[in-house]
Amino acid sequence: MNISDRINRIDSKEKINGQGKYIEDIQFENLHFARTLRSTIPKGKIVGVKYPEGYEGICIVDARDVYRNQVHMIDNEMPVFADEKVSYIGEPIALIVGKDKNNIIRFMNQIEVYYEEEHGIFSIDECRGKTEQIISSHRFDKGNIDSLDYDDVFEREYTTGYQEQLYMEKQGLVGDFCEGIVTIYGSMQCPYYIKNALLHCMDLPSDQIRVVQALTGGAFGGKEEYPSLMACQVAAAAQKIGAPVRLVFDRREDMTYTTKRHPSRSIIKSYLKKGRIVGMEYFIELDGGPYAGLTDVVLQRALLTMTGCYSIENFRAEGISYRTNNIFTGAFRGFGGPQSMFALEQHINQLAKHLKIDPMAFRREYFVKQGDYSATSGQFHEEIFLDQMADQLQLLSGYQDKINRKLPNHGIGISFIPHGGGFTGDGEANHIKGVVKLVKDKEGYVSILVSSVEMGQGAKTVLSKIVASVLAIDIHRIIYHNPDTFIVPDSGPTVASRTTMVVGNLLYRAAQKLKKQMDCLDEVVVEEHYIHPDYMVWDQDKLKGNAYLSYSWSAVAAEVIIDPLTYEITCTDIYGVYDVGTPIDKSALLGQIHGGIAQGLGYGMMEVMTSNQGLIQHNSFSSYTVPTMSDMPIIHSECLMNPYQDGPFGAKAAGELTLVGVAPAIAAAVEDALGFEMNHLPITPELIAEVVLK
Amino acid sequence: MMIEFELNGEKVKIESTLSMRLLDVIRNDFNLTGTKEGCSEGECGACIVFLDDQIVNSCMVPMSNVIGRRIETIEGFSKTERYQIIERAFIEEGAVQCGFCTPGMIMATESILRKGGPITDELIKEGLSGNICRCTGYQTIYNAVQAVLKEVQAHV
Repeated sequence: MNISDRINRIDSKEKINGQGKYIEDIQFENLHFARTLRSTIPKGKIVGVKYPEGYEGICIVDARDVYRNQVHMIDNEMPVFADEKVSYIGEPIALIVGKDKNNIIRFMNQIEVYYEEEHGIFSIDECRGKTEQIISSHRFDKGNIDSLDYDDVFEREYTTGYQEQLYMEKQGLVGDFCEGIVTIYGSMQCPYYIKNALLHCMDLPSDQIRVVQALTGGAFGGKEEYPSLMACQVAAAAQKIGAPVRLVFDRREDMTYTTKRHPSRSIIKSYLKKGRIVGMEYFIELDGGPYAGLTDVVLQRALLTMTGCYSIENFRAEGISYRTNNIFTGAFRGFGGPQSMFALEQHINQLAKHLKIDPMAFRREYFVKQGDYSATSGQFHEEIFLDQMADQLQLLSGYQDKINRKLPNHGIGISFIPHGGGFTGDGEANHIKGVVKLVKDKEGYVSILVSSVEMGQGAKTVLSKIVASVLAIDIHRIIYHNPDTFIVPDSGPTVASRTTMVVGNLLYRAAQKLKKQMDCLDEVVVEEHYIHPDYMVWDQDKLKGNAYLSYSWSAVAAEVIIDPLTYEITCTDIYGVYDVGTPIDKSALLGQIHGGIAQGLGYGMMEVMTSNQGLIQHNSFSSYTVPTMSDMPIIHSECLMNPYQDGPFGAKAAGELTLVGVAPAIAAAVEDALGFEMNHLPITPELIAEVVLK
Repeated sequence: MMIEFELNGEKVKIESTLSMRLLDVIRNDFNLTGTKEGCSEGECGACIVFLDDQIVNSCMVPMSNVIGRRIETIEGFSKTERYQIIERAFIEEGAVQCGFCTPGMIMATESILRKGGPITDELIKEGLSGNICRCTGYQTIYNAVQAVLKEVQAHV
């Protein structure tokens, strides 16, 4: 059997029959419930909090109950509970804990918080030129952008809005405190991020802190850093009352107050000489909300692959992330890529039109090849097949006929996207330092011990398949429980499309070692540590060198029909050609392709989320519309096999890539249909009307 | 007050207010947690159950509407033969990812089948468009329902 041949997922049954237990489904003895007292203003000082009297069975947990009132993420600037000041609407001030939910709500309705309100900042525009609003900034050059010989300049501005992860299972954790040990159970992507946050905020040694993942109902980045904040709160609550405390958000709370995709503004300026690009300047700004969180890392990912699939000789990238009093923004599948790649791909389309060249032919002139240098002046060490992918996409989509036929209100658009697998630069080597373990028991069953979580993406099936395939044993002899930090080593967070490629490769190597000892009658433990490939050269201060271990690539075409009266957009077909190395499982990959396309379609043309004076306006399923089955186009997808030497069986990253290229292709298709430039996402009928009728 | 109804084929009684949500009664009083709460406003379909022969979003149904009626949840339906066909199709088509929407999808699929008559592509899409899935992009779910139809029709 070929490694890519599909198998059935190993975790479907309990999910289908409803027996699988998500955090809200698990019974705990003496369970207490918690609700969050939140700031109702975007910025100001807390003058006082007046709690009602005469309530029994209510416990208030606030900043005074936390040993160190800081949530450890990359830095420690976010408080576990707002103490003297608040910086956004919804910032947690306290947890109200009790056994009777109705009692908690009655109590909360009578709490009065007194503020001294201050002037907040709510847009990128207001931040311009104010150094005190800057969270982070970067600038790097390639070639020489300052002494170009050019005869034409083409400049455009692009903006994107919020996007909500909208995992189907809301954020939820339970904290317990028993015999000196604090345990967090729940819905999460990164058990060790939570553990490290608890280690920082609690006065407890490492061996008295335990994090256990429960079945997780989708995450998409939304459960990367945010659960660390909740965990610090419920841990403090559990420690205070000595009983389990459950904090599960209701949907509106989740949509209004948890992290979203960063709104962005990009300006791209191309310098041309005789119709060829001789240089490009790229400037991007992100709205990070009040705390840094992961914002700077998102900004870096947006910048580092800024030249996309193209070889641009002279280049300058500049990016700034701003501090505002909007909701704090964070990780979401694509992690900066969806914003920057929308801007770049639209720019390339518009530039092609400006030069009167077919956008596919125009792109082919600049496709990067093996040996070329990336935006960060790192050499592409792998083979790159963009030309073949373009050929394949043209065949699959019938692009040439469709772009030439010019049917009224019909359009076709394309995008070409790179996505770097794993952490940026030397992150895997210097920050994550992933460790995995395999344990073969006396009966010959093999346990996978990693901190990578199954959140729907298929990690359990894919990683089990890698190990079973190397060992040449039945996949049902592999045991892979949800991670428990008392048992599994830190193989890193479940993020950055790194699970299959990086953790999978560690397991691949561990399994090769274990294979030689499978005949041993005793228990055998094999541990494997991450080794950084020697072709990776990276300078984090200058952002120079190989920004990623390897790149995955997508070529996407979208077809749309636009209603000439209402400007309603119907996306009829999406065509995708993907280079993700060797797919470990075609069915799992298809799950990522289809799911990424659905989320990308939402980002491109449906999911409007706005904020007014710091308050999210689209906070429910009825006001924030995501694709349903009826909204989905027909999806046609193909893969190009391009094994990666340091991926398990040649696998590269796949999870995020599939989302990134969809919105730009749709935007290009709308432009093709209407002849107007579309420089904002999402593209709604209202936006089209605004552009067309202007 | 005491409310009597039929739950997964058994007569049950429960002390409840008339305005209590059916979803909470199923999950909290009977510990049937296969029915999920996704949106709390009747938009996502994760909490779908059968009320007599109709599917309903149980987050939108007050207990006053349940008195003397039949409720079937995923726990009850999963004991049927037809469930086995649907389960197999969902597994084989790779229609399950995070799984949170899945029990609701299964109930909506069964509802399409129970309606009887010719089942068109449009009917499937309409029948499942009240169920939001954020993982799969729906195509494998659609394929699974097609596979179920094929098998069910072969048995007729």
